[in-house]
Amino acid sequence: MASTAIRVLLAKVGLDGHDRGIKVVARTLRDAGMDVVYSGLHRTPEEVVIAAVQEDVDILGVSLLSGVQLTVFPKIFALLKEKNVNDLIVVAGGVMPDEDVVAIKKMGVALVMLQDTPPKEIIASLQQLVAERGPR
Amino acid sequence: MKTPKTISQISTQDTATEAEKWQAGEVAGFLARAPEAREQFYTAGDIPVERTYTAADIADTPAQDIGLPGKYPFTRGPYPTMYRSRNWTMRQIAGFGIAEDTNERFKFLISQGQTGLSTDFDMPTLMGYDSDHEMSDGEVGREGVAVDTLADMEALFADIDLEAISVSLTINPSAWILLAMYIALAEKRGCDLNKISGTVQADILKEYMAQKEFIFPIAPSVRIVRDMIAYSAKTMKRYNPVNISGYHISEAGASPLHEAAFTLANLIVYVEEVVKTGMDVDDFAPRLSFFFVSQADFFEEIAKFRALRRCYAKIMKERFDAKKPESMRLRFHCQTAAASLTKPQFMINTVRTGFQALSAVLGGAQSLHTNGYDEAFAIPTEDAMRLALRTQQIISDETNVTQVVDPLGGSYYVEALTNEYENKIFEVLGEIDERGGTIKLIEEGWFQKHIADFAYETALRKQSGEKPVIGVNCHKMDESDVKIETHPYDLETAKKQISRTRRVRAQRDESKVQALLDDLVQTAQDDSQNIMPVTIKLVKAGATMGDIVEKLKTVWGVYRETPVF
Repeated sequence: MASTAIRVLLAKVGLDGHDRGIKVVARTLRDAGMDVVYSGLHRTPEEVVIAAVQEDVDILGVSLLSGVQLTVFPKIFALLKEKNVNDLIVVAGGVMPDEDVVAIKKMGVALVMLQDTPPKEIIASLQQLVAERGPR
Repeated sequence: MKTPKTISQISTQDTATEAEKWQAGEVAGFLARAPEAREQFYTAGDIPVERTYTAADIADTPAQDIGLPGKYPFTRGPYPTMYRSRNWTMRQIAGFGIAEDTNERFKFLISQGQTGLSTDFDMPTLMGYDSDHEMSDGEVGREGVAVDTLADMEALFADIDLEAISVSLTINPSAWILLAMYIALAEKRGCDLNKISGTVQADILKEYMAQKEFIFPIAPSVRIVRDMIAYSAKTMKRYNPVNISGYHISEAGASPLHEAAFTLANLIVYVEEVVKTGMDVDDFAPRLSFFFVSQADFFEEIAKFRALRRCYAKIMKERFDAKKPESMRLRFHCQTAAASLTKPQFMINTVRTGFQALSAVLGGAQSLHTNGYDEAFAIPTEDAMRLALRTQQIISDETNVTQVVDPLGGSYYVEALTNEYENKIFEVLGEIDERGGTIKLIEEGWFQKHIADFAYETALRKQSGEKPVIGVNCHKMDESDVKIETHPYDLETAKKQISRTRRVRAQRDESKVQALLDDLVQTAQDDSQNIMPVTIKLVKAGATMGDIVEKLKTVWGVYRETPVF
C-alpha cells in the first residue's frame, strides 16, 4: 500500500498573535513531507474544529502563548465529541505552566511541545502518534 | 635606545602592515599548534567577525560619525552627560487582573525603587474587545490588565501622581482609545497636560510585520497613528505618542539587522504621514521614541544601538530635512530578550537577563525593562520582578559603568561593527524603497518572510547545537523534582471586570454616546480630521473600547493577514 502523507492542521485560537513557533513548526512538518494547513491567526474553537473535519487531518496542533489553554481545550474537545470525531490526534504547543500541561493532557491532548523543542523531535513524535493510532 | 612610537605617530598603513606581520607570525605559529574552534566566527545576527580589530579597520570612518555624545549623529548617546546626570528609567512592565490588581503591583514596584511605570494590557483590550465579548472568553485580565472604560483607567492609576511619574502604555491597534482615556483621566484630575510624561506604543506597522495585533486595514491604522502624533505634539509637549518598536520584530524571529532596519522603515512611513498633514518635522520629531530588544550577543547589540542612533540622525536630517538636534537624536526603551528565556534551569534566566541589560546600558538606553526568570512559564511573579529590578539596580549602583559616557566608544571592534550595521541598515532601507515601500511590502509578506526565515534558521541552529542554549541543548540536568511557583490567575477576574463595564454602560447618557459615535463615523470617513478629540469625548461620556472599535469596523472593515512561512 502506498504511504500517504500525514495531514496536519496547525491553528492559532483566540486573540494571541504569537506566531513564531507555529510557523517554525509548519515549515518543519512541511519539509518533512507532511501536508500542512495553517489556520492563520485569531480563530475560534468552532472554526478550528470545522476546518479539522473538512480537511480530514490526522493531527490538530493548537499553539497558545496567551495562557488560555484551560478555556480553549475543553471547548475543542466538547466540539469534537459533538461531531463524533474520535480519531483526531490533538497536540499543543506554546508557553504554559507545568500544571496546565498536566491538565490539558488529562483532557486528551496527546502531546505538549513547549518552547525549544527540537524540530526533529517534533517530527518524530507526530509520526509516532500517527503510527500508534494505526490506519484509519 | 629607540623610543617606541606613540599612537598618533603611527599611520594607518603602519598599523595594517603590522597586523599582517602579526597574522603571518604570531597567529600562524599559534594556529599550527592550536587551531581555533571554528574557521569563521559570526555574530548571532550572522555577521562574520575578524580575529581582532585594529585602527586600520575604522580608519575610513568619518570622524564626526563617532564624534561626541549629545552631538550629531549621536552615535555615542543622545545626551552629552548620559547617566552621569540622569539614570535610565527603570521601567518594569506590569499588568494583570482588573485595574485594582495592577494598581497594587504598580505601587509595589514604586516602593522597590522603580522610577517609571509600564502597563501591560490583556488580549481583549489590546485587540479592542470589551471584556464581555465572546472573543474575550478566558482572556480577561490574564496576560495583562483589562480596560474597557474610563472607570477602569481611574482605578488603574488611583493614588498615582500622573505629573510625577512617566507611564508607558503598551498597546497598539486600540492605542488611541487608551491615550484618550489617559488624557481624560489627567484632565479630570486637573493635571497640566504639558506636565504629563510617558509613552504610548501605538506602532501599528510592526504589528502587521511581527506581533500581529491588528484590527483595521493598514491605511486607516496608520492614519490613527498620524493623528496621535499630531494631537500630542500640540497638546502634550513631554509625551511620546509613538514608540517605534523593533523588539517584537526581533522576538518574532528576525535578525538584529532586520530588527533595526525594519523599525526605521516604519519610522519613515510615520514621518511621511505626519508631514503630509502640513506639520513641520521639527514640531513632532523630538517626541518620537523607540523600543529595541537587547539580545545575547553582547557587542553586536551595543553596535546595533549605536548604529541605530547614527542612522536615525542621518535619516531625519537628510531625508526629512529636520533642523533641530532634538529631532535627530534617537531615544529608546530597551527590554531584554524574552524568547531567550528557558524553562529548564529557569533561575539562570536571571544571568542571561543581567548580561543583556548590561549591553542595553552600554548601548545607551533611556529606559529599561529586565525580564523575570519565570517568564518561560507565565507572566512574572512579584518575586521575579523584584529580582529583575535588583539586576538593574546592581548595574546602576554597583558596577560604575554609568560614570563614563559610551565607554566602548573607540573600541576598534565596536566601532567597526557599528559602521557595518549602519551600512547594512541603509542597504535594507534602499531595497525597501526600490521594492515599492514598507506598506506594499507588508501586504506582500516580504518582512514576514524574512522574519520567519531567520526564526526557522535559529530553531535549526539550536537543534544542531551550533547555537548553544545552556540547559536546553547543552549543560542539561535532571529537574524532575524542581518546582516553581507561577503567577496565579484569579478566576473571578472576568466576573468583576464585566460587572464594572456593565455598570458604566447602565449609568451613561446613552443618547449622548450614540450621537458621539455618529460623530466618530464622520471623523473616520474624513481623512483630513483628527480622531483624538471625538474619542476623548466618547470615553468621557462612558463609551467602552468595544463601542468605539465595533463602530469603526463598520467604516473601515478589518484586516486579515495571508500568512507566510
